[in-house]
Amino acid sequence: MLDAAPEPVGASGLILNEPPLWERGRTGRSAISVPNPGVPSSPMPQDVAGDGPDWPDLSELEVVRHYTRLSTWNFGVDTGMYPLGSCTMKYNPKVHEALAALPGFTRAHPLLPAEASQGALRLIHETERLLADVVGLREASLQPAAGAHGELCGMLMIAAYHRHHKTGKTKVLVPDTAHGTNPATAAMCGFSEVKVPLGPDGRIEVPAVADLLDDDVAAIMVTNPNTLGIFESNLPEISRMLHERGALVYGDGANLNAVMGRVDMDKMGVDVIHYNLHKSMSTPHGGGGPGSGPVAVGERLVPYLPGPRVVKTADGSFAWNDDLPLSIGRLHAFHGQFGIFLRAYAYLLSLGKDLPQASGFAVLAANYVQEKLKDAYDLPFAGRCMHECVFTDAKQREFKISTLDIAKRLIDLGYHPPTIYFPLVVNGAIMIEPTETESKEELDGFIAAMRRIAQEAAGEPDVLHAAPALTKVGRLDETAAARKPKLTGDMGQDA
Amino acid sequence: MRYFPHTEEDVREMLDAVGAASNDDLFAAVPSSSRFDAPPALPDPLDEWDLRRRFDELASAGGGDWQVYLGAGSQAHHVPAVVPALAGRSEFLTAYTPYQPEMSQGTLQAIFEYQTLVSRLTGLAVANASMYDGSTAMAESVLMAQRVTKRRAVAVSRLVHPHYREVLKTYLAPAEDVDILELPALPDGRTDVSGLAGLDKPAVLVVQSPNFLGVVEDLAAAAGAVHAAGGLLAAGFTEPFALGLVKSPGRCGADIAFGEGQGFGLGQSFGGPGLGIMAAKAEFMRQIPGRLVGETVDNRGQRGYVLTLSTREQHIRRGKAVSNICSNAGHAALTAAVYMAAAGGSGFRRITQVNRDVAEYLKAGLLAAGFTALTDAPTFNEFALRAPAGFDRVYEGLKRDRILAGLPLSRYYPEYDGAWLFGVTEVSNKADLDRLLELVRKGLAC
Repeated sequence: MLDAAPEPVGASGLILNEPPLWERGRTGRSAISVPNPGVPSSPMPQDVAGDGPDWPDLSELEVVRHYTRLSTWNFGVDTGMYPLGSCTMKYNPKVHEALAALPGFTRAHPLLPAEASQGALRLIHETERLLADVVGLREASLQPAAGAHGELCGMLMIAAYHRHHKTGKTKVLVPDTAHGTNPATAAMCGFSEVKVPLGPDGRIEVPAVADLLDDDVAAIMVTNPNTLGIFESNLPEISRMLHERGALVYGDGANLNAVMGRVDMDKMGVDVIHYNLHKSMSTPHGGGGPGSGPVAVGERLVPYLPGPRVVKTADGSFAWNDDLPLSIGRLHAFHGQFGIFLRAYAYLLSLGKDLPQASGFAVLAANYVQEKLKDAYDLPFAGRCMHECVFTDAKQREFKISTLDIAKRLIDLGYHPPTIYFPLVVNGAIMIEPTETESKEELDGFIAAMRRIAQEAAGEPDVLHAAPALTKVGRLDETAAARKPKLTGDMGQDA
Repeated sequence: MRYFPHTEEDVREMLDAVGAASNDDLFAAVPSSSRFDAPPALPDPLDEWDLRRRFDELASAGGGDWQVYLGAGSQAHHVPAVVPALAGRSEFLTAYTPYQPEMSQGTLQAIFEYQTLVSRLTGLAVANASMYDGSTAMAESVLMAQRVTKRRAVAVSRLVHPHYREVLKTYLAPAEDVDILELPALPDGRTDVSGLAGLDKPAVLVVQSPNFLGVVEDLAAAAGAVHAAGGLLAAGFTEPFALGLVKSPGRCGADIAFGEGQGFGLGQSFGGPGLGIMAAKAEFMRQIPGRLVGETVDNRGQRGYVLTLSTREQHIRRGKAVSNICSNAGHAALTAAVYMAAAGGSGFRRITQVNRDVAEYLKAGLLAAGFTALTDAPTFNEFALRAPAGFDRVYEGLKRDRILAGLPLSRYYPEYDGAWLFGVTEVSNKADLDRLLELVRKGLAC
């Protein structure tokens, strides 16, 4: 079964070394322009005065070379395909960066009076409206700063709802497939976690929930589609059962890219959902954020949304409303990640009614990859997938090849590895989310690389064990890093 | 749609490969009970030209052209061109969290350097890779102090940014057993920590320096008071530039430092994204929330960096994690690192002195125009004054010239009715301030 594979995109090139900042520079240099304001100097009174940080002094060119070299050791969506499951690494449009850099926005102080910032308020209002419409819910709030912060917002609202109704409920149902943020968030909100086992076809089943459902259950947290890329088709019935018992339904929107404008969360019984604007709405992830994690709610939770909120007044202008007696209050110093809203709003306007087609192509791409790899890798849940597909290393284990080896070999072939060892319910999981912005040729290249690795596993396993060989550094000793943590550099005397 | 690469032929070939008649067939697993009865009413797509037109229209009413003499948690610092040019490199911008260290060494070394620079700034041994913003860094500092001390009670200075205190209240709402004791202000504008004696087993005392009135707090005294009661000091800042001129929180005895790093090369962007800076003493390394980058070696003996101590975190520890945080403000941290690297210790010292100088100049000018002191402890680049009669009218009038001349403190502090908070940074020079003072004097004279 040798494939006529294309040349791998991964190749070696000249890599420049670059030491940490403090091994560069010389005291007295600086790369910033310090103005002379033309006013008298006023030294800080001696009793509070300090010396300031002893950061290294570098020239502008030293700083430029430092970060330019560092950037070349990185890999982003702009570099190559990044099929990291449940992370939706789609293309981040360039025009968004230009729009988010408009000085009318970047220089806007968050405490400007409403009459001075109508453009910003309108943008917040319209983005909230569009996001709510995409999922069929009533209202949205952009205030949460990231996905996990949106989860916190949603679960704080659910906790406030139960406090207000004096239900005394204490437990939250969390399926086995959930991201770790779900149980961690439930714990932060004072709930105890009850695990919901997975059914044989990878879905939550109604009887399993019915068995666990008692009067102490405050909510269920469901990611739909789940992290196996499988649609939770029993959710409407599960929601109905929970609502009957006075419990609520939290929808985790991490995998929204599969169902944008296609699935009606209200009809499914979802009371609150969060979005990851840095996933489905194409804003750049930035190597770890800032993301943005708005929430949308159905009727039950509208009064609990964080505040203050932007409202449209009778004359069509926009104002802040902080008269929200049941609101959970403020979750962010100001209005959330405004600079990220700009990009998400641009994306929503650019796609408009084509947004559901983005999900269509995302699901098509995942199914295509799944189909083309299912004879080479073990597929624990057969059948069509949604926006991502999950394989395992079961077929490679006989050659002593693990998921980690497969991932590291992919790096040498020029692809960012999929999410690995997650979801936890699948042993040696390889979770692939190609997204709708990768062309068929890119998908074919990735498929060829994965198939080549499956062949190498059988024939030349040492190549996999030694991978990655082409990167600046090889496999790193993570155990040593954790055993004797070194979290800051040697800059001389201790801070 | 310009972001979809698929031609009709591509779609056909892919559908044939998976054995589906149409793209919608792939959604067969979605029952009608989950589908929209009618598709959502989304607008017609905009082309790039119309998109720019829409944004130009909104940006022209965004407020960025106002002259704002106010900090209050968002500072108008100059963003050197070199900072966005480097941080904006798409290898940094379009990467995910560095789960695969071999192809993320750029992000990892940059964040390791960020942690080091923040450690030197705050005078504390361990800095995390960032939180969302200053307010959430404060809330997480309180949760961390509760874990470390195994105590619950919290004391917070009333002079901590009011929005930060609101966020803390939101975070602590489910913990019905936690009382937040609010410590009042002394006449000099510092926090009266004597009330701490009335709190049984405090986990933490939270102060901010400079505080919301711009006053540099006596952190050493605060540390002494809370340490005597067996709790921790969490010392915050909304203006990291102050740390160029005042003693660091760590040097004053703080156990945890938190604050907002937006001034380090990030625009104000109507309040976000910001940068939640957080640092702590070495002994709390395993209780600090968020990502940490550590140095290690690779299998070829070379220096390299990885995410580490992840058994604290939600993806490993799930319900028993120290926090639920996943994505943080990584790119904001990287941007701030570029700023700190560009400034260097010497440049930072000079630019922070300029901030103090222009603020003292404005303060003196306002005092000469009839304002009176509200506080007498030292300030950095923000300060509060009592306004003379008629200033509220002048303030409204200046808005017509797109000038926001401070913030009326009565919005948050009824006890300071008639007093205003002002802030000024290196982006204002003598000519700007003279013009403002002239407008104020003229307005008051009418």
